[in-house]
Amino acid sequence: MADDLELRFERTVQSESRIEPRDWMPDGYRKTLIRQIAQHAHSEIIGMQPEGNWISRAPSLRRKAILLAKVQDEAGHGLYLYSATETLGADREDLTTKLIEGRQKYSSIFNYPTLTFADVGVIGWLVDGAAICNQVPLCRTSYGPYARAMIRICKEESFHQRQGYELLMTMMRGTQQQKDMVQDSVNRWWWPALMMFGPPDAESTNTEQSMAWRIKRDTNDELRQKFVNMSMPQAEALGVTFPDPDIKWNEECGEYDFGQPDWDEFWQVVKGGGVCNEQRIAHRRKAHEDGAWVREAAAAHAAKHERKEGAA
Amino acid sequence: MSTSWPLWEVFVRGKRGLNHVHVGSLHAPDAEMALRNARDVYTRRNEGVSIWVVPATEITASSPDEKDPFFAPAGDKVYRHPTFYAIPEDVPHL
Repeated sequence: MADDLELRFERTVQSESRIEPRDWMPDGYRKTLIRQIAQHAHSEIIGMQPEGNWISRAPSLRRKAILLAKVQDEAGHGLYLYSATETLGADREDLTTKLIEGRQKYSSIFNYPTLTFADVGVIGWLVDGAAICNQVPLCRTSYGPYARAMIRICKEESFHQRQGYELLMTMMRGTQQQKDMVQDSVNRWWWPALMMFGPPDAESTNTEQSMAWRIKRDTNDELRQKFVNMSMPQAEALGVTFPDPDIKWNEECGEYDFGQPDWDEFWQVVKGGGVCNEQRIAHRRKAHEDGAWVREAAAAHAAKHERKEGAA
Repeated sequence: MSTSWPLWEVFVRGKRGLNHVHVGSLHAPDAEMALRNARDVYTRRNEGVSIWVVPATEITASSPDEKDPFFAPAGDKVYRHPTFYAIPEDVPHL
């Protein structure tokens, strides 16, 4: 019987059909998905902070409205993804607890600080650009609710990337000081953006099984290469350079050669040693604790009304 | 007191003339708040003209384990499809 179920699961995955919530699935598949989707959801929620930092100081009402909408989208993306984890039997409160106790991770990119307003533009362009590279293939991931959430998210990310690039184009038409600010921001974010695709394939422990289950569709290195190929012409059009002396067009391969990020730094930030790790978690914990009375009051209000309706 | 709000499934009608379609779920203390949260989470870009929210516990679903026998009655009734019937090609409007 178990073999039968496993065979049916394998066949569904191999035929590019989707696994749906109440289908039988291997425990490892369920666990891998919960871990990956939760980590993704946490990244969206923590990702509100670096940009939220600039909402009150946006240089115009237009930029403030855009930034507010973008940060609200990140919250929405987190909620679509938490909703997907719940179809696998995960508990929302449990996931929040694991995040604020540091037992589940989020993308290390959000442990870097946003020092200038140009960072808002560069995050939209490069960080959201890298996220799009990662996420577009996930629209075809084998688990139905995750794939559907990714389709919604990808549609909205396009706005995120374009507003960032437009912001940078505006700054690049400004004073020398503004242009320098953009270049400085690109210099700081380029390597962390490349790290967003995860460690090199040779060191990526989860890739093989995830590819077989079609949870993951491309390897880390494939996606990183694609991102570099996409970003170079955009940098040229903008008039900035990437801080990598090895980056150059390779006629033979038809793509760019480029250097490797500092993987020691990557692991150091993953393990909690980044500039903002503590601050991000402390902020999330405070928001959760400060919001407790709202959750309790709303639940009490709902319970009171239910009693009244029951009595009437 | 438990602060965990119940789960609601959300259905959105994209525009007039279309069915409501399931789009996901959310937590809310009551139906009214579920509707408001659904508006903010699932229709930030005019994706809907009408929303239904249903307590997740109120949904009864067919079991995936018995999906083959459950849908078997329709399996062997090919005569329910118009293509089952051979009609000469020169007969119009059929």
